[in-house]
Amino acid sequence: MPLRDRLATPRTGGLAALAVVVAVGPALLPNSYFYDVAILAALNAIVCVGLNLLIGYAGQISLGHAGFFGLGAYGSAILASTFGGPPLAAIAAAVAAVAALAYLIGRPILRLRGHYLAMATLGFGIIVSLVVANEDRLTGGPDGLTVVPLAVFGLTLQGERAWYWIVGVLLVAAVWIALNLVDSPTGRALRALHGSEVGAEVAGVDAARHKVLVFAISAVFAAVAGSLNAHYAGFITPSKVSFLHSIELVTMVVFGGMASTFGAVLGAAVLTALPQLLTVFKDYEMVVLGAVMMGTMVFMPKGLVPTLAALGGGRRATTRPPAVERQPDPPGAAAEPRG
Amino acid sequence: MTMLRTEGLARDFGGVRAVDDLTFEIERGAVHSIIGPNGAGKTTLLNLLTGVYSASSGRIYVDGKDLTGRAPHEFAAAGVARTFQNLQVFFNMSALENVMVGRHLHEQRGLWAALIHTPRLVAAERIGRAEARELLASVGLEAWADAAADALPYGALKRLEIARALAARPRLLLLDEPAAGLNPTETAEIHALIARLAEEGLTVVLVEHNMQLVMGVSDRILVLDYGRRLAEGAPETVRNDPRVVEAYLGAEAH
Repeated sequence: MPLRDRLATPRTGGLAALAVVVAVGPALLPNSYFYDVAILAALNAIVCVGLNLLIGYAGQISLGHAGFFGLGAYGSAILASTFGGPPLAAIAAAVAAVAALAYLIGRPILRLRGHYLAMATLGFGIIVSLVVANEDRLTGGPDGLTVVPLAVFGLTLQGERAWYWIVGVLLVAAVWIALNLVDSPTGRALRALHGSEVGAEVAGVDAARHKVLVFAISAVFAAVAGSLNAHYAGFITPSKVSFLHSIELVTMVVFGGMASTFGAVLGAAVLTALPQLLTVFKDYEMVVLGAVMMGTMVFMPKGLVPTLAALGGGRRATTRPPAVERQPDPPGAAAEPRG
Repeated sequence: MTMLRTEGLARDFGGVRAVDDLTFEIERGAVHSIIGPNGAGKTTLLNLLTGVYSASSGRIYVDGKDLTGRAPHEFAAAGVARTFQNLQVFFNMSALENVMVGRHLHEQRGLWAALIHTPRLVAAERIGRAEARELLASVGLEAWADAAADALPYGALKRLEIARALAARPRLLLLDEPAAGLNPTETAEIHALIARLAEEGLTVVLVEHNMQLVMGVSDRILVLDYGRRLAEGAPETVRNDPRVVEAYLGAEAH
């Protein structure tokens, strides 16, 4: 493939663009407050890139992903701070435990579809947030928990600048992994499940296995971001595990554009930064935020990135074959009697 | 040689017995048609034979292996592929990707390879893409390969489903009304395609209302009425069977 065509594909062109944005970021961020917003946006983006694999590509839903985020955060915080384990090992252990848990609860609940699946994942999220709030000997309850900073090989990571690079590189890696997955046999199987579950099954796709797989993968993305968030902030409270946070994450994915990895990143970035920008509206901040989101959904229901891509995508139309080859639809083709 | 065999196969929907005590065999390498009036249970039977529905009673053997109660992907692994009367195309993907999903069981499905795109996966993907493109060409859809599936006209979607089913390299192909809604030219193309596949040794089960197609392409015909076997045999035998004429045209017709 010539370099020009290669750069036009999301896998190389989009990834390169994201890497450039991350690289020039420090030149645009005037002080540590902006660094903080950028780090939080990138952490949310990592969760959303994973959640989009589940929602946007595989066509499933989760209203409980703050639960996985929180289990990653509290898991690594408790292992590293309370039990004094090495932070990196604590993160790895917490993420592995979340993957196992997601696999275990995914098996029964992913048999459900649509609203029922939404309710089941919602229930999971609520259980996690109740446990976190009530097991105060372990989690500090509503007061939260102080978390030791991340130390790697005796080197303690502190300050927004260091964290910016860690989180930035991880975001690029997360996007790379997601793009790879989507464009692989497993990714096609996931998208096929979204398109037609019975069609995918008769083509040989084990639907149950693939749903649990993508559920666990998305939980791992959330747990990694959660545990990093705990070590970065040095503090974790139950609000990060709340139902509201789960909804925020789903909103970011839908707002940015479902089945678009870069949409998930942009949705997370915009919806993390926007409330900060809107503080000029003081008491009306949430009203303006709500209005912006309602307007976006009314005027671009597919989300930011797919809508913008369609606007700039005259290219796509030219890939269609010439009109001569199109045969007219036969009358009544859409509504036939069943045999 | 028997490709598929059922024993006392039945399926109830509430109080309705859509398929009732069916025992039959499908010979390897032949074209078998299943016909019958609307509501005779043809599509239900196809759903049973591919694991989409589970049987209320009875057994299904594919290649001598008991697959009763198994999931559709297990039927696929046993060499069974199908198309749908009400299309089950992946409209969120390109035509080429639709066919590539058909190759699922022959693809490299390791998770690590998918996450980091190992050189082996990249090489296998290149071969898979080329194979899928060839299959699209063989059903006359090469020009649509990179188009989104939802941009394809109806007739092309039917052929896309056939290409997807063939991508699985099946030994038994079930086609549910492949000619429904097609114009005579397109129907003739489907006819030629089925004849070619049968010549290559594929076992084909055809559910179809177009009698010209059925009579022209079938080696054997099974006639269903109210979920039961009404008649079975070679096309000429079935055509002249008074019970078949009665079921189709009503008793007064003869």
